[in-house]
Amino acid sequence: MNAQAPALQDPRLNRPEPFASPLGDGGFFQRDRSIHPPAHAPGYKSSVLRSPRQALLSLENSVSEITGPVFGHNDLGPLDNDLIRNYAKDGDPVGERIIVHGRVLDETGRGVPNTLVEFWQANAGGRYRHKKDTYLAPIDPNFGGCGRALTDDTGYYYFRTVKPGPYPWRNYVNSWRPAHIHFSVFGSGFAQRLITQMYFEGDPLIPVCPILTTIPDKDALDRLVAPLDLNASTPFDSLAYRFDIVLRGQRSTYFENRTAGN
Amino acid sequence: MPQPLNYLKETASQTAGPYVHIGLIPAMAGFDIFEKNFSNVLVTPNTKGERITLEGRVLDGTGTPLRDVLLEIWQANAAGRYNHPADRSTGALEEEFRGWGRAGSDFDSGLVIFETIKPGAITDKAGRKCAPHVNVWIVARGINIGLNTRLYFSDEEAANAADPVLNLIEQPARRSTLIAKRSERAGKVVYSFTINLQGPEETVFFDV
Repeated sequence: MNAQAPALQDPRLNRPEPFASPLGDGGFFQRDRSIHPPAHAPGYKSSVLRSPRQALLSLENSVSEITGPVFGHNDLGPLDNDLIRNYAKDGDPVGERIIVHGRVLDETGRGVPNTLVEFWQANAGGRYRHKKDTYLAPIDPNFGGCGRALTDDTGYYYFRTVKPGPYPWRNYVNSWRPAHIHFSVFGSGFAQRLITQMYFEGDPLIPVCPILTTIPDKDALDRLVAPLDLNASTPFDSLAYRFDIVLRGQRSTYFENRTAGN
Repeated sequence: MPQPLNYLKETASQTAGPYVHIGLIPAMAGFDIFEKNFSNVLVTPNTKGERITLEGRVLDGTGTPLRDVLLEIWQANAAGRYNHPADRSTGALEEEFRGWGRAGSDFDSGLVIFETIKPGAITDKAGRKCAPHVNVWIVARGINIGLNTRLYFSDEEAANAADPVLNLIEQPARRSTLIAKRSERAGKVVYSFTINLQGPEETVFFDV
């Protein structure tokens, strides 16, 4: 080697980088798995053969995890958040008209802006528009059963639909799903990706549902139950339910220069 | 009492169920509803990089392919740059290449197919080169919380051998569960993969 620059006496004293905020690296808070259903939950029989048995390998968040797909209004159509109209052929779908609204937040309490929320559900009779669903309840010709929305700058989303019905499924001979709406949420990084289900306040099937009761934490289960929200109901038109969704917190703050998620 | 921390708790995951297609890929459920749909094709004619097909199956504990599984992939472009503001690397960004796609498995064969490009190597926060890889997220009936894994490429032996994530896997034999195998079929480059949910060949899944 040629002549070298003189070695630093103690490189620890010559760090070129100022000490940065501990909340500034854009990584996500470690997932608290104790509030999620375990992969192997024998009461939900389908999980038995579909659950990994090895320990998950914990990864520090790298750029592959703190980044994720970005969506915009160009990806959506004008009726995408209106399930009463987005598949209507010759009238409105049958069922209780409802509005579902809420905010997508992260664990710091900040709204997650401009994130894609997708939702799907059975019709008012508990039948899905899906080629593999053979439940005897009828298809509603005016109901598709899916929609999507982008959250606004504060993380708020809303859509209109009819309340889904409960339906039987093959777990035990007499297993019925409580009425529910499936949600898919992205967040700002791929490590925040989440699919969940929203339930309705007061549904007597909630405490006996083999899927819902895979959740080991009572409070976590309760947070999937949307309360009736009369303040957002439209008189003589639709009741409303409120459903806030919390994604993993992100170690970035508004005090930083622009970082992921802000 | 100390001050309360007041963090919120993450919303609990629930299975995507057998009818996940209705919301995420309605054409597979059997109907047409949205003007614009997401798909398993990540490339446009303008996308830079080597065209590849990712093709594989997800197997349950008996070795049977899941026929109701949904996969999403998230990847960098050919220059190793993710299309997201948190990627501060210097590779050229391609606005048209989102780097994300989703696919449902075939209802008969269980085959999952993506049409994409081979991503470039990534530079991590510590400045280390990471082997080219595709991030994978798996949901289905019976999967209570989405599973995260990665696909690496069989023709990147040197890069794979130096990759910091592959080297976190204690048992060298398990590293091979993440390597998609390259072949050529009718002039097209195909990378084949198998994701085993259980068993002696269980795929490495990550807690990201």
